[in-house]
Amino acid sequence: MSAADLVADGVVKRFAEHTAVDSLSFSVEHGGFFSILGPSGCGKTTLLRMIAGFVTPDAGDIAIGGRSMRGVAPNRRPVNMVFQQLALFPMMNVGENVAYGLARRGIARAERTRRSLAMLERVGLAHAAHKRVDELSGGQRQRVAIARSLVLEPTLLLLDEPLGALDLKLREHMKIELKQLQAAFGTTFVYITHDQSEALVLSDRVAVMNGGRFEQVGTPQELYYRPRTPFVAAFVGANNRIPGRATIRDGERVEVTTDDGWSIRAHAEGAIAVGDRVEAFVRPEVAALARDAGDLPPDAVAHRGRVTSVLFDGANSTVLVAEERTAREIRIALPQTGRFADLKPGESVLFSFDPARAACFQARASEAAAAHG
Amino acid sequence: MAERATGRIGAGIGLALLLAPALLWITLLIVLPHVDLAILSFRERVGARQYAPSLAQYATFFREPLYWHVFLRTAVMSVLATALTLLVSFPIAWVIAKIARGRSGSFLFVACLVPFWVSETVRTLGWMILLRQSGVLPALLVRLGLTAAPPELLYHDATILLGLVYTSMLFMLIPLVSSLESLDDSLIEAAYDLGAGGGTILRTIVVPHAAPGITAGCIIVFMLTLGNYLTPTLLGGKNSQWFTEQIYTQFITRFNWEQGAAFGFLLLALSTALVILGLRATGQRFGEVMQRS
Repeated sequence: MSAADLVADGVVKRFAEHTAVDSLSFSVEHGGFFSILGPSGCGKTTLLRMIAGFVTPDAGDIAIGGRSMRGVAPNRRPVNMVFQQLALFPMMNVGENVAYGLARRGIARAERTRRSLAMLERVGLAHAAHKRVDELSGGQRQRVAIARSLVLEPTLLLLDEPLGALDLKLREHMKIELKQLQAAFGTTFVYITHDQSEALVLSDRVAVMNGGRFEQVGTPQELYYRPRTPFVAAFVGANNRIPGRATIRDGERVEVTTDDGWSIRAHAEGAIAVGDRVEAFVRPEVAALARDAGDLPPDAVAHRGRVTSVLFDGANSTVLVAEERTAREIRIALPQTGRFADLKPGESVLFSFDPARAACFQARASEAAAAHG
Repeated sequence: MAERATGRIGAGIGLALLLAPALLWITLLIVLPHVDLAILSFRERVGARQYAPSLAQYATFFREPLYWHVFLRTAVMSVLATALTLLVSFPIAWVIAKIARGRSGSFLFVACLVPFWVSETVRTLGWMILLRQSGVLPALLVRLGLTAAPPELLYHDATILLGLVYTSMLFMLIPLVSSLESLDDSLIEAAYDLGAGGGTILRTIVVPHAAPGITAGCIIVFMLTLGNYLTPTLLGGKNSQWFTEQIYTQFITRFNWEQGAAFGFLLLALSTALVILGLRATGQRFGEVMQRS
């Protein structure tokens, strides 16, 4: 196991009454791609700015490359940041932008030019060294911003939602490019985003952040298949949330009954007793759809419902099905085979899901209150 | 075809009407008087109501050391006053644009503007009340035991500079604040993140970004200072030796309009030359500067 490049130990930051980052401790291994995923206002930007040194923690310590960063100014930290709006210097050309950090280290002009050109070549922009920043495309600017940071060979590269400003097509393309760049350079990346797809595609490990705390830290697969909190289940990937009360507990199985009387079965996550307020989560692709009961897996509990809308989106197509008795809507993925290509709203269908793949959590006090209200 | 032509003529008339006030203003109040002054400056009185074309007025300027001494002194003092105004205004503009922001930013801006509701004469007289020998500040110095007798703080070059900086600060602040406000904070943070210190950020990021604003402010302040009459006269007294006073003397005291006109043109040439020189030195263009600030 390689040494940790970033260790946070009980980091706290408060703004007036609001605790932005609440005693966070975590570490990031050398060479890893670590993402912090959370909704806006969850404290991820504050955390990133504390790592960069723009914000001073109220308590706790951040160590980078094994060295405590307490009292170290941003310009003296072995960390570089790719800003949300990239913050390329418009008063300089591309080559000067990349050489800026080298110049601050007192490296001679000839060496500076050589290194910045070599770096631009690695990101495929050697020809653009003399261009002005505003002559570049969005994707090229992105690469210049990364090159400008990586040329300094930082221990840690921080990325503050750098893909947020790009259009969808370019964003998809840049995701792949970022992952390849990280693999090629081997630099430790700490990436913050509110886009779960970015976090899942790019990262080795993802921390899901909410209310200043990490809900869960794990590989993208762990977060997706084994969420440990209802927040993670709801935030990572698409999910159907079914709130109710635990009516039967049978080993790992829980029967959840909604207030309007629909019962489903799910896998219990954590301590759940009969009578507890709970939330069950069923992913759209976990539920199977059928027109005849015979097409469903044999031992599954079948539910009947009516199609309310067909949401065609190529490979990600789903249908909204209203459960027959309660009219509670549930989203179900359409199989890739095109078997349900002719499905129409109003049609009556059957659906079932494997209870082992549906997670059930004890509802949190605030969320339970929201469910009551 | 004919319809389109009339349409174009109509649009032309509309444009002409819209531009008419500005054109009339420029022609009647600026171009015509200057043409008249130019004619005046290139003639010489040869007898009672008899004039002949001549360069005598300009020759007098170069022959008489007093005139071109005052001329040079005015130029140097104006450049100095402009530089001082920039130095004083820059931190204030920075605070307004980058630190105070929002409501407190506009409050500070208004605080800088308020003195300009009072006429320049009254403001300058205010300085005289503060600085003259029997004034507030000398009395305070005596009271504090710093000097035995109240010193005369008026009629020094420093006093003139003080007055000029005070009078022109607002005209430097406005373009500076607007150019600093448009500077994205993340550029400063990015430079800091890449290892730059405060001084380097100022030199490599802030000043290049604010250059059009700095230039515009300097041009306005320099022109105002060079052509200022009131402040040097009141605060500098007889020692002020400002070139505008020479022009006043020629026109009003000596009634030598020919000489005064020549001086006026020399001052115009001076300000034009120095502005062009300043733009050249900083590698900027006038139109660009005025547009961007």
